[in-house]
Amino acid sequence: MKPVPTAQAPAAADSAAAAPAPAGSLARDVAAAAPALALGDDALVLSHRLGEWAGHAPVLEEEMALANIALDLLGQARVLLSLAGDEDELAYLREERAFRNCQLVEQPNGDFAHTIARQLYFSTYQELLYGQLASESGPLAPLAAKAVKEVAYHRDHAEQWTLRLGDGTEESHERIQRGLTALWRFTGELFEPVPGLDVDLSALHDAWTTRVESVLTRATLTVPQGPSRGAWTAGAGRQGLHTESFGRMLAEMQHLHRSHPGATW
Amino acid sequence: MTTIAPGEESLAALEAGFDAAVAADERIEPRDWMPDAYRSSLVRQIAQHAHSEIIGMQPEANWITRAPSLRRKAILMAKVQDEAGHGLYLYSAAETLGAGRDELLDKLHSGRQKYSSIFNYPTLTWADVGAIGWLVDGAAITNQVPLCRCSYGPYARAMVRVCKEESFHQRQGYELLLALSRGTEAQHAMAQDAVDRWWWPSLMMFGPPDDESAHSAQSMAWKIKRHSNDELRQRFVDICVPQAESLGLTLPDPDLTWNEQRGHWDFGPIDWDEFREVLKGNGPCNDQRMTQRRRAHEEGAWVRDAAAAYAAKHGEGTR
Repeated sequence: MKPVPTAQAPAAADSAAAAPAPAGSLARDVAAAAPALALGDDALVLSHRLGEWAGHAPVLEEEMALANIALDLLGQARVLLSLAGDEDELAYLREERAFRNCQLVEQPNGDFAHTIARQLYFSTYQELLYGQLASESGPLAPLAAKAVKEVAYHRDHAEQWTLRLGDGTEESHERIQRGLTALWRFTGELFEPVPGLDVDLSALHDAWTTRVESVLTRATLTVPQGPSRGAWTAGAGRQGLHTESFGRMLAEMQHLHRSHPGATW
Repeated sequence: MTTIAPGEESLAALEAGFDAAVAADERIEPRDWMPDAYRSSLVRQIAQHAHSEIIGMQPEANWITRAPSLRRKAILMAKVQDEAGHGLYLYSAAETLGAGRDELLDKLHSGRQKYSSIFNYPTLTWADVGAIGWLVDGAAITNQVPLCRCSYGPYARAMVRVCKEESFHQRQGYELLLALSRGTEAQHAMAQDAVDRWWWPSLMMFGPPDDESAHSAQSMAWKIKRHSNDELRQRFVDICVPQAESLGLTLPDPDLTWNEQRGHWDFGPIDWDEFREVLKGNGPCNDQRMTQRRRAHEEGAWVRDAAAAYAAKHGEGTR
């Protein structure tokens, strides 16, 4: 029946040409994969670090709060990694050099002040970043719009503790200052370009600096003066170059999954 | 001449009122009069329960960083967080009886108050997370559901919420074990091993046999407790036997047999020597659990001090 294929052929050609949706969404997904991986790894790794606090927090309310932040981040990580592939394959079967998280989030917990300093730097960045992404129409917008509300709480939690530790006792002041200073050199990486992520980095950096400086000033703390980036930290994590403790973290996180290849849990 | 002092007369009236309220299944509330022994018995029980929640976070938190899938990791983190939440409700319930959280934590840290001795057993494999959910939370629910009708209002209300969350945990534990049981041979073996190790300690969670239980009779008279240890233990065994079968796992008791006459499962003797040893502090993890608890508290002292100093400077905490 000749008419049928001839009738169908142009229709097929039409739909291919006039409906770029499948090809276009595929292209969008590929374009989204790189930034989804970078932001997904950030959330996954920080969630893991916060999870290490369970049973060790200084007060029961913080057991709840740190676990809650870890859970929010894990939820974000699962959505983001699923945009880039299979969440478990990505989390459990990649080698260290294939992770795209920034180095800040992989830094070990240290004391509570160190954890809060890391959280202040990161949540402030993440809230501003998600805010920008939510206002655009990219593939990450739906996740960003939902997650920005969660992250606003994380940032507020970190700010409230920065104020209390900074303007609390002499010991707490010293500890939080030490944490802020030690982690400062990992902050520059937050504002290095991420392939496929279309955001105004300099505006992000300005807003971040204003926000962090204002909190530190109110907390009677000093804004660290050292370099906020170095040869190994400026964008290195995003290219798969990490710090020593990260390999150990992954070894622990991945060992059970890798010990049972192909098993479902 | 025997005269009754006015104080004594009103005390007798208060006691009669209290007894009548308990008899009528009314709730005793924080501002109601209550006998000192009732108050101290409740504080002891609620504190032990609260301590069990926060010590109980440790064996499960042990697996958060190694959870084998992101879904399981999220479930486990949420569960451990729920336990911290239960600790908070319960310490608050104790506070309504005049026992503050700091005071109770001091008693825990100095060994003057106890926590459930089940948490002195180690979590050696991932399957232990499932076994704790299915058996330990299952036993806890069996114990705690009747507490929702406890005569003391704040405790009863806290238990309603705790039990809802615990049932969720119990189902998650069951589902975790089911996935393992139906998984690879190694996964199935892991599940069976965990059930073998957790079964007997779970039966011990109901406490000593009725004729040896120190506090049971008085607690039942006050309607703090509604069923005896042995009744609850039997109820738990009866629930678990068919569930184990659906899981495709066995329970490590050769004496488990259906008793047609009693309408219950008969089970083998419990090793009460082991129970007493663990209670005395000689379980596999007693030292480890207490050391971690004390360390977290001591290492957190400067954080709590900072919060208090900040509150004092900024006029907070004047409540």
